Amino acid sequence: MNKGLDFSQVNWEEFGKATVATLQMLGYSSLFTLILGLPIGIILFLTARSSSAGARTVYAILAFIVNLLRSVPFIILIIALLPFTKFIVDTQIGVRGMIPPLVIGAAPFFARLVETSLREVDKGVIEAAQSMGASTNQIVFRVILPEALPGLLAGFTITVITLISYTAMSGLVGGGGLGYLAVSYGYNRYETSVMLVALVIIVIMVQIIQMVGDRLVAHFTRR
Amino acid sequence: MITITNLVKTYGSGAKATTALNGIDLEIAKGEIFGIIGHSGAGKSTLIRCINMLERPTSGSIRIGETDMTKLGKTQLQQQRRRIGMIFQHFNLLSSATVYDNIAFPLKLVRTPRAQIDKKVNQLLELVGLTEHAKKYPAQLSGGQKQRVGIARALATDPDVLLCDEATSALDPQTTDSILRLLLDINRKLGLTIVLITHEMHVIQSICDRVAVIQGGVIVEQGPVIDVFLKPQQPVTRDFINRESENAEALDDAICAPHAESARTVKVTFIGDLTYQSIMSQTVKETGVDFAILQGTISRIKETPYGQLIVRFEGDAANIRRTLERLVEQRLEVEEIEA
Repeated sequence: MNKGLDFSQVNWEEFGKATVATLQMLGYSSLFTLILGLPIGIILFLTARSSSAGARTVYAILAFIVNLLRSVPFIILIIALLPFTKFIVDTQIGVRGMIPPLVIGAAPFFARLVETSLREVDKGVIEAAQSMGASTNQIVFRVILPEALPGLLAGFTITVITLISYTAMSGLVGGGGLGYLAVSYGYNRYETSVMLVALVIIVIMVQIIQMVGDRLVAHFTRR
Repeated sequence: MITITNLVKTYGSGAKATTALNGIDLEIAKGEIFGIIGHSGAGKSTLIRCINMLERPTSGSIRIGETDMTKLGKTQLQQQRRRIGMIFQHFNLLSSATVYDNIAFPLKLVRTPRAQIDKKVNQLLELVGLTEHAKKYPAQLSGGQKQRVGIARALATDPDVLLCDEATSALDPQTTDSILRLLLDINRKLGLTIVLITHEMHVIQSICDRVAVIQGGVIVEQGPVIDVFLKPQQPVTRDFINRESENAEALDDAICAPHAESARTVKVTFIGDLTYQSIMSQTVKETGVDFAILQGTISRIKETPYGQLIVRFEGDAANIRRTLERLVEQRLEVEEIEA
């Protein structure tokens, strides 16, 4: 069963393609997660602290959907979303076919992280802006988001890293990339060396993203 | 300038309701520095925050000039708030923005042209003495410097009123004095009306023209600082004043010390130029009585010098009576103290 580590089995060209595919999935899904998750996070934050009943209803509905999506294991989410994915991108496999489930899986997670880091913003600063006659829009865009920037960057870093593990998982159900290589060669064909190489590349990706994220957070932290 | 009429603020409703303000009436004149003093929980913070509607009053009205703040719509309120600057105990600066950008912030909100912002911010930096710190972030500044940024920011839109919410409570005594001097300076230079709340009598004594004492959500005493300070009517007011001097007990001992039957203990108050004159010694020379000073203060309230001595006169009863009459003739205030 154990053939030992024989790196001659490793097809490096295939690994190159798989790495590019993973990076593509990661890049697009991160971008759309940001575009979708940030506004949802802001809405969650604003409606949670509102005194109006209407806003609190919006919060209750949105929070329920977010919790629901977050409680479904990702591998099941991919399968459950198959018809939806087909409808949106006209395929259910490959890089394109994985982006909708990746975004739907990660955006609610990111939205909660956004909500939490916005809550960390000093209430006094918001009040000071109110006392200067700032509108709600101005408070969001000129006070809360800039003040929360380090927290948002840290949250986004965590989200991107979560997305890496999601892309790897998607290899089980027809997604391409490193996860697919690891599963089809490493697991199904017992080519441990292939799995190991896939693993090393993924670990390096995670390390680089975390490092860049930490640098950005440090750069924008003024406290 | 500011007229507050029958202001009530209640939190919660039904059985759990608590009343923070219970019918406040105040009249604050243009260009004065008006102090509101009270213990924590007395309602002073709620009161000052009602002035710019950070807290919505439950009932009553607040008029600034001709505008009733309680009747404004959202947009009108935002406009009106630009006429009212506010500074805070914890400064509440944008930590992500430089000193310069913090001061420019209220101007950017109303889309002021860049050149105009630059001119105004530089003027303000100079006014508060922070020109060389313009590019620093708040975390790099001391507490006093942060409050100076807060003041500059509050003045950026040329407000008519400045609200100070415990503005010096987080600062050490020296820094407190420098911030108070700055506020007084601004009040004089710009003719700005200043409303401040504090729990320190020292703050009131240093810069305020008039003071209101708040307790349990009502104003229990108000008037010119010199009157309230020298002749406090309410226990809570006396408490604030004595806390500063911390000598009420020492005085009790002094009054009870053994003395002749005919002796009389009085509180003599000098206000203004009289403070520095030798009225006491001239008078006792004339009448031939002796006196012992049991306690005394010679100080200033804002710019007015005052002295207050607790004195025991000893000697012939008729001469003591004459001495007291002479002191009153010379415009000193004399109040007898029961042993």
